[in-house]
Amino acid sequence: MGKAAKQKRKVSASSVAKGPVKSAMAMVKSNPFEVKVNRQKFDILGRKTKNDVGLPGVSRSKAIKKRTQTLLKEYKEREKTNVFKDKRFGEYNTKISPEEKMIRRFTLERQQNYGKKNIYNLNEDEELTHYGQSLAEIEKLNDIVDSDSDTEERGTLSAELTAAHFGGGGGLLRKKASSGQQDEEEEKPKSRKELIEEMIAKSKQEKQERQTRRESALELTEKLDNDWKEIQTLIARKTPKSERKDKEVEKPKPDEYDMIVRELGFEMKAKPSERMKTEEELAKEEQARLQKLEAERLRRMRGIDEQANKKKPSHLSADDLADGFILDKDDRRLLSYKDGKINIENEEEEEEQDKEEEEEEEGGKEDNENEESEEESANEDEEDGAADSHSDLESDLESEEEEAAGNKEQKKHKTNENESQNVEELDPKMEAAKSELPYTFAVPESYETFKSLLAGRTIEQQLIILERIQKCNHPSLAVGNKAKLEKLFGFLLEYIGELATLDLPELRTIDKLVLPLYNLCQMFPEAASDSIKFILRDAAHDMEEVIEVKGRATFPGLDTLIYLKITSLLFPTSDFWHPVVTPAFIYMSQLLTKCRITALQDVIKGLFICYLFLEYVYLSRRFVPELINFLLGVLHISLPKKQAQGYTVVHPFTPVGKNLELLLVCDKKDLESWQKQNLPLSIVTRLKETSRTEINHIRLSCLALCFDLIKKCAALYESLPSFHEIMHPVRILLTQHVPVNEYPEQMQEWYHTAVKELENKVKHYTPLICEKKKPVPLKQYTPKIVKVLEFGRKQGGSKKDQERKQLIRKHKRELKGAIREIRKDNQFLARMQLSEIMERDSARKRKVKELLGSLATQEGEWKAMKRKKGKN
Amino acid sequence: MARAAALASCLEAVLGSRSNANRVFEILELLAGREEAEDVLCAARTCSRLFGALLERRELFVGQLPAEEASLAGESRAGGVLWRCPGRGRALRLGRVSPGLVPAGLSFQDLPVSHASDNYSAEDKYKIWMRHRYNDCVDCLAELMGHDAFQVKELSLCTLMKFVELEAQYPLIKVEWKGSLTFPQKLLKVVVDGLLPLNEDASLLISRFQEYMEYDDIRYFVIKAVTESIGQVMQKTKERPLPFYQQNVFSLISPINMPSKECDMVKFMVKQDNWEELKVSKLQAHKQAFEKMWLVFLKHKLPTGLYKKVLVILHDSILPYMNEPTLMIDFLTVAYGIGGAISLLALNGLFILIHQHNLEYPDFYKKLYSLLDPSIYHVKYRARFFHLADLFLSSSHLPAYLVAAFIKRLSRLALTAPPEALLMVLPFICNLFRRHPACKVLVHRPNGPDDMSEDPYIMEEEEPSESRALESSLWEIQSLQNHYHPDVAKAAAVLNQSLSEIEDDISGLLELSAYELFDKEVKKKAVDVPLEFEPVRGLFGKKNDIFAEHFTLD
Repeated sequence: MGKAAKQKRKVSASSVAKGPVKSAMAMVKSNPFEVKVNRQKFDILGRKTKNDVGLPGVSRSKAIKKRTQTLLKEYKEREKTNVFKDKRFGEYNTKISPEEKMIRRFTLERQQNYGKKNIYNLNEDEELTHYGQSLAEIEKLNDIVDSDSDTEERGTLSAELTAAHFGGGGGLLRKKASSGQQDEEEEKPKSRKELIEEMIAKSKQEKQERQTRRESALELTEKLDNDWKEIQTLIARKTPKSERKDKEVEKPKPDEYDMIVRELGFEMKAKPSERMKTEEELAKEEQARLQKLEAERLRRMRGIDEQANKKKPSHLSADDLADGFILDKDDRRLLSYKDGKINIENEEEEEEQDKEEEEEEEGGKEDNENEESEEESANEDEEDGAADSHSDLESDLESEEEEAAGNKEQKKHKTNENESQNVEELDPKMEAAKSELPYTFAVPESYETFKSLLAGRTIEQQLIILERIQKCNHPSLAVGNKAKLEKLFGFLLEYIGELATLDLPELRTIDKLVLPLYNLCQMFPEAASDSIKFILRDAAHDMEEVIEVKGRATFPGLDTLIYLKITSLLFPTSDFWHPVVTPAFIYMSQLLTKCRITALQDVIKGLFICYLFLEYVYLSRRFVPELINFLLGVLHISLPKKQAQGYTVVHPFTPVGKNLELLLVCDKKDLESWQKQNLPLSIVTRLKETSRTEINHIRLSCLALCFDLIKKCAALYESLPSFHEIMHPVRILLTQHVPVNEYPEQMQEWYHTAVKELENKVKHYTPLICEKKKPVPLKQYTPKIVKVLEFGRKQGGSKKDQERKQLIRKHKRELKGAIREIRKDNQFLARMQLSEIMERDSARKRKVKELLGSLATQEGEWKAMKRKKGKN
Repeated sequence: MARAAALASCLEAVLGSRSNANRVFEILELLAGREEAEDVLCAARTCSRLFGALLERRELFVGQLPAEEASLAGESRAGGVLWRCPGRGRALRLGRVSPGLVPAGLSFQDLPVSHASDNYSAEDKYKIWMRHRYNDCVDCLAELMGHDAFQVKELSLCTLMKFVELEAQYPLIKVEWKGSLTFPQKLLKVVVDGLLPLNEDASLLISRFQEYMEYDDIRYFVIKAVTESIGQVMQKTKERPLPFYQQNVFSLISPINMPSKECDMVKFMVKQDNWEELKVSKLQAHKQAFEKMWLVFLKHKLPTGLYKKVLVILHDSILPYMNEPTLMIDFLTVAYGIGGAISLLALNGLFILIHQHNLEYPDFYKKLYSLLDPSIYHVKYRARFFHLADLFLSSSHLPAYLVAAFIKRLSRLALTAPPEALLMVLPFICNLFRRHPACKVLVHRPNGPDDMSEDPYIMEEEEPSESRALESSLWEIQSLQNHYHPDVAKAAAVLNQSLSEIEDDISGLLELSAYELFDKEVKKKAVDVPLEFEPVRGLFGKKNDIFAEHFTLD
């Protein structure tokens, strides 16, 4: 009984004291009668026991409370089927914030009501106005001038006004306070009507003033606008593109003021920063950029962090191109202006602008009108390209032109004419030629179409075509363009190869075509490297096949040499490892070691490759044994036949055998008439037709090249520790075997510079010392620490087993818990039912008692009456 | 075609009845005729069929063949000519058919068959006569092996070999005592002579012949025949080398695949009754013949190319099959002394002799040392040489000065080597350092003099002990750390650090070719491709372009 009472008390306490639960808990915890302690039989060190102290009362009351809230409810509603549904929008959705919820509800309500004509609402569509102005308009606060000028007055009404209108809340007080003044007022009393009139006049006057102020301000701004527009035409010429784009976004907004404010803001910010850069600063910037690139190159060259070097080629100007920015400040453009190529460069820029203009046309509709009118005016006397050149300038001005079209139009005509005159003055002939070319080109799908596209064109035209193909198919314009342009690189390479294999190689054309090749390469490094690798692989494969069949190889054609040269132009050759350059190195090494020297052409090709090698390693100063071997061999074949002494030539040269004396010149006359001349590359293919004297001269030139190469190699490898050993055979050959005195004077000069370069190097040997090894730490025998998960349990078994055991354990525990809960539920329910029954019984008993009581009293009364009667 | 039909009828007639035997001449005439390859082929085929049948029927004379005239003279004396010759003139024209054996105009029917001559019956005489025709045919075929058309050559070879086979089965040699050899050695000698012409390359025919060499008996007799042939031919020419002949001999005998065990010898073309007793069945005899053949072949001066070829196969297809491999010592020492690539190749055979047959070779290492010249990194036999050099230098008992001299010389020569050789020789040198830690002073000399004006190592010195290699340092390897090939530079940089204990395996690097290197590099996938940042202005438009000084774009 006492327990039940305690329980009851606690239930009520916990239900009542929801706020200070904590304090109640603390109180309960401190109460020793609430706490049940599970006494441990043995104290075990390190064992943590959860259940040594429990609060059975608390937990029981919690459980009961929970059951009354859930189970009891269920029990009570066990035979009821109707359900209450709350259909308020988002009532139970916690994700929506209350404000949003309200807004959504409101909109829903409005949506429901929309379209339902309420017959009682007569003027639903009427607009509310104030002073003839729509209230909605006013709410938007578009009236800027108002907001500017009236802010002071708006919040606080003037004292007079309030006094007049509302009788002056404080006025009464004031009146009482200053009764003297009241007397004066009474002297010339004014009627209420007068007062009101006066007030109206005052307010009207005030309003009038405000109006005039506003108008003057408007006038001033308008004047400023006009002035600005006039200036702007002068400044806006060089607005950077980014701003133009911003403007395009703004265009649909008709608010010109905002626009101009913004424009002003941008102009003022952007302009000075650009202006500030003087020539020196630009130079300095460029230098810094180059320095950074150079540092990067050096790092790659040393190959220190070859693996770590996963950086993107962010330094590339190509990336800028890919982003859609054009580097018109690039110095190479400027430089190429010098030799009559100015038009080409112009053309490029025009193309760019052309393209941009197209983009713009898509954006703004109003532009079209301008564009058209402009085109009309331009078409009469000038080239399209020239007309397009300032179209973007116009696009800057479009916004103003909308309003002030009249005078602007004239101005525009003027500038157009000026521009066109300039262009025409520059080179009318070229312009005429160019006018035949179409302006858009699709990227050719196959090499044949590509070739037919360029066939029969001049170099300049070919360049323009390539340029236009690139511009029209810039990767930023369409998705597939990247792949197309990547293909273009391959075609261009193939075309160059074909030009080089012609009977009369068109090297001048190739010379020019290298530029677009470079640009394409900058755009698509991966594709470019793949195509060049492909070509190299083909060449190496061919050579390997020839070697397998014939046992020796021949030097490849001029095209391969050109490809190797182009490789050095497109890729940094100083890298420790480079996906394209390293295979090229190996290929060149194969050329110098495997190919037989059977004719003078082979010598020239070999020397060309030597120069290539030299160029490849010029910065990195890497050692190329093949180069020295080849030079030694070339010198060897320039000597008269005799037993070589003191040096040995290696493959492909032989100390004895045929093809010796290939470079030997005996003819005195030819020796004397020789003049050093630059070897034309095409000589490789057309040597046969030349006369004997010329051949002798070429031989001497080759020899001179050889001396030059030796000189350069000596300078390059000076720092190598075994420089003298490397150069030993060459030095012996030069000093002991070369018949210097027979050579013409010029040759002797070459010879002496080479020998001098070889001779005056100090011999310097320092004994080698290994790098110090890091001391290896001693092996330590620390105990192995194993984590013990549970004491008293078997630790064995694999991880899987352990997991399984743990799961089984958990399941068991849960099952027990659940059974216990169900049992308790049943007990609870039974208790409830019992209490119900008891309640019912007690009620019945009470009623029976009442009935019996009343009957008894009735009976009693009746008996009493009977007694009375009887008495009476 | 008509000719073919005629020949077929001839064949039928001759085989059909002996009275038509004279028609053999028609066939032989055609065989000897030089008109058209087609006809000759036809005739050869017919001959093959005819004499094949005759051999099988045993209708050819067996035993010592008497001279034709002598045996048949009695006949004519007896008053009749046996076999009619269709036209004497024609018979004469044949040349080979011994002239004057039959007077014209007499027919077979005229002859009294029962009339036997002095010692031969008519049957015998027929056989003798036919045997002579057979010999004529063989002569003709032997001559045809020198014909221009390969088809003819091939067919005559096959026909002859068929005869060899049949003769071996139905011997034409009288078995005089049990155990006498009945193999047609003479016929085979004729074939071998045909295979080894003096003035042309017969490798194609020889390769066709290889299929017969699988028979153990044929091989044995061919070996013998070749030995004989070499003896005869080279005797005549004395010291002058015969490149074609020697080449042919080499291509005939180099593919000979000797059995290694007695029980492997099972494939014989013919087996005689008394097989077990014959030499042919003994491996020992085979080996002896083989050895003799090679010794005879190598006794004479060989052209350089052939020298190399012999040396290449020496160690695995000649030496193991010799009874006395040490007999090769003379040949090998001479070859080792020649220098260059031949010396490198002789090294292999020499190694086997030293290693397995206790050969004593004075100054072997000095000789090996002197073999190191700039060409070793470029020659075709580089892999073989370094494989052997690795073996020779693997002994830990070698003195340090010797190994140091080798290391120094190899690295000095490496200054002219191509990258594929460098990739092999750098780990090789590392391995030498690991095996001989005493040599490490070459890369690590902490207390040495600060500066030297000269490399103490003497490259020209022949004697490794005098080369002062141990006083030097490996500056060459330091130079190679600047090599353009990244892998070479890395391999050279390994020597900067102290080496790990485990040796590098260089067997995979020995055969490395430049093309493989290239392929490996090309196939490497690059994450990103660095680009040249200096803008171009043309083909030779770079800053400080060295091309512009010397070349023009015309």
